[in-house]
Amino acid sequence: METNFSLQSFLVEQYKNNQKTIKEGDSSKLAQMRDKAFEAFAENGFPDKSMDNWRSTDLTKALSHDYKILLQAPPYNPVDSYFKCNIKDFDTFMFTFLNGWYVHKNVPLTVFPDGIIVGSLAHAKKEYPEIVDKYLGTIAKDNNNPMLNLNGAFMQDGAFVYVPEGVQISKPLQIVNIVNTKEDLLIQNRNLIIVEKNAALKLVHCDDSVTTTDTFINSVSEIYVGQNAEVSYYKLENKDSQSLLINSLYVKQENDSRFLSNGITFNSGVTRNTITVNIDGSNCDADVNGLYLVDKQQKVDNYVRINHNKPHSRSSQLYKGIMDDQASGSFTGYVYVEKDAQKTEAYQTNNNIALTDEASVGANPFLEIYADDVKCSHGATIGQLDNEALFYMRQRGICERNSRMLLMYAFAMEVVNKIDIEALHKQTDDMVSRRLRGELSICDMCELHCGDHTELHFEIDMSKI
Amino acid sequence: MLLEIKDLHASINGKEILKGLNLKVNRGEVHAIMGPNGTGKSTLASIIAGRDIYDISKGEIYYKDKELLDMAIEDRAREGIFIGFQYPVEIPGVSMTNFMRTAVNEIRQYRGEEPLSAAEFLAMMEDRKKLLELHSKLTNRSVNEGFSGGEKKRNEIFQMAMLNPELAILDETDSGLDIDALRVVANGVNKLRRPDNATVVITHYQRLLDYIVPDFVHILYEGKIVKTGPKELALELEEKGYDWVKNEIAK
Repeated sequence: METNFSLQSFLVEQYKNNQKTIKEGDSSKLAQMRDKAFEAFAENGFPDKSMDNWRSTDLTKALSHDYKILLQAPPYNPVDSYFKCNIKDFDTFMFTFLNGWYVHKNVPLTVFPDGIIVGSLAHAKKEYPEIVDKYLGTIAKDNNNPMLNLNGAFMQDGAFVYVPEGVQISKPLQIVNIVNTKEDLLIQNRNLIIVEKNAALKLVHCDDSVTTTDTFINSVSEIYVGQNAEVSYYKLENKDSQSLLINSLYVKQENDSRFLSNGITFNSGVTRNTITVNIDGSNCDADVNGLYLVDKQQKVDNYVRINHNKPHSRSSQLYKGIMDDQASGSFTGYVYVEKDAQKTEAYQTNNNIALTDEASVGANPFLEIYADDVKCSHGATIGQLDNEALFYMRQRGICERNSRMLLMYAFAMEVVNKIDIEALHKQTDDMVSRRLRGELSICDMCELHCGDHTELHFEIDMSKI
Repeated sequence: MLLEIKDLHASINGKEILKGLNLKVNRGEVHAIMGPNGTGKSTLASIIAGRDIYDISKGEIYYKDKELLDMAIEDRAREGIFIGFQYPVEIPGVSMTNFMRTAVNEIRQYRGEEPLSAAEFLAMMEDRKKLLELHSKLTNRSVNEGFSGGEKKRNEIFQMAMLNPELAILDETDSGLDIDALRVVANGVNKLRRPDNATVVITHYQRLLDYIVPDFVHILYEGKIVKTGPKELALELEEKGYDWVKNEIAK
């Protein structure tokens, strides 16, 4: 690694030299937004640990690393030969992205009979500029997230999903980001998901590594949840130890809408998940959950912010983590209640288990409340496994290892049980039990390692644990 | 002999609790250990279970002719020792079914037996419930979570029925129980009684012994068994109180 190399300077140069390519197909509004984002990035660069919200995310190593960026869509290359999602009975509409670019054979955008549009953002901005211009960059706004500037400058492709008014998708939509490269890539996808009034979407978002190079993913997703619309968003992360994954999710909710998210991190190099939900309507529900199971030197940092901007809405955050070896996991949860957002109910819970003395856990709950008629609570715990419970279980003949496993499994299931897609719930349940036994590592085919295992039926067949 | 305790001395934080305790239990017998609070009744149960907070300075415990103190907690259980706890711990999120299935199959594995299938296991649970006349849905819940005191004790007896121990030690299982719950517990113990197993009931009150008839009653006082007698000893103790024991010893 070149010690004098500065990723920031490299990227500034890249932008200046390749503006034309990057801006290809931009509307004038988008091109302006891009320039603004670029200027902010050129001036402020990457987040560093002195910033309050970035204390737990260490990017140092990446900032002097010489990454490649792919400024043009690679030629069509089907992923079938090396990727297959085999979650049992998991019937989804699947769309794959390879190294940040949508994989398709001359059909960049699929239009369903009921009007749902799914495909490449790079094409959507040209074919549906009125939709893209209306939403892109309006939901992901955050002065405390410099990664947005970088993504805003370089974003080209990513998932574009449009669910028109009153349409409910018939089965879950699955977006799979695959990294398969021999080079160290910096990938910056931008996903734009729009769910209009009275519409419903279940979205499963997977990040998969096929190769283990030093990739750096800086992904930004924007989700618009229209009036009385409903979105469930599932994120499964199972990355190799060299990966650096920065996910920023921004959600905007209109009146009477419901948003559920569940993010599960099984393995990571360095992972940072930012989720910001703007509740811009009344009578909304936002349910944001996460589970992180990390060991060795893995690092996971979850940052959740829920902004109650209007009265009479409800939100809850439930994040749980198990840290083994020298792993570190942190959760920062913000609840912000605007002055006018009376009758807000906001709950936040973060529970952690540190299995070793070297594991590090951070729990940072924040409530910032300007309304006077609200119900808000937060609770954070950091502990070990319950020794009394372990003793009790061993007295019944269960060995220590399995006793610990049962306790960890029980701890994790509270989050997993919030998954409302049955096949995914079962799969995740299974993955959690295998992960806790140390069996689930990175598959060379698909990060979810779905296809080649025998089923466990943890609920019934305990003899195998 | 199933259990033999010889001259057991045990202390915690430098304080001696057991001061030369002797006890012999044969298969087919029911023993009651009675005594005032703080004389070491629960300490005895804890040491047999394998809790490692005690310092054993002297004495031996033989279980089925093996040195018990050398055995791991789970191996004691797998060898047939069951402790009915005074304060059963709550384990949120672990279902009774998973818990018992794991325990039963680990014990079977230890004995070189095939694990029970899901169907066999569920049938066994139903059978044990029927035996104990348990109609509650305790098995659908997390282990002891949110159980009342009586439910927890019933659940201990249910677990005992599932694990079918050779030596059951019930530590103050009657404490805090109303008469109905007491009957369920006693009924369970009586039904599970066989010529090849043994039960040691640790209790503060004579009341439980109206329902479970012991072959021997031992009075534990200041870390030693000071008096052993037939079941009538319990009645005598109830009538005359522990002061009588103190006076007897003083003589």
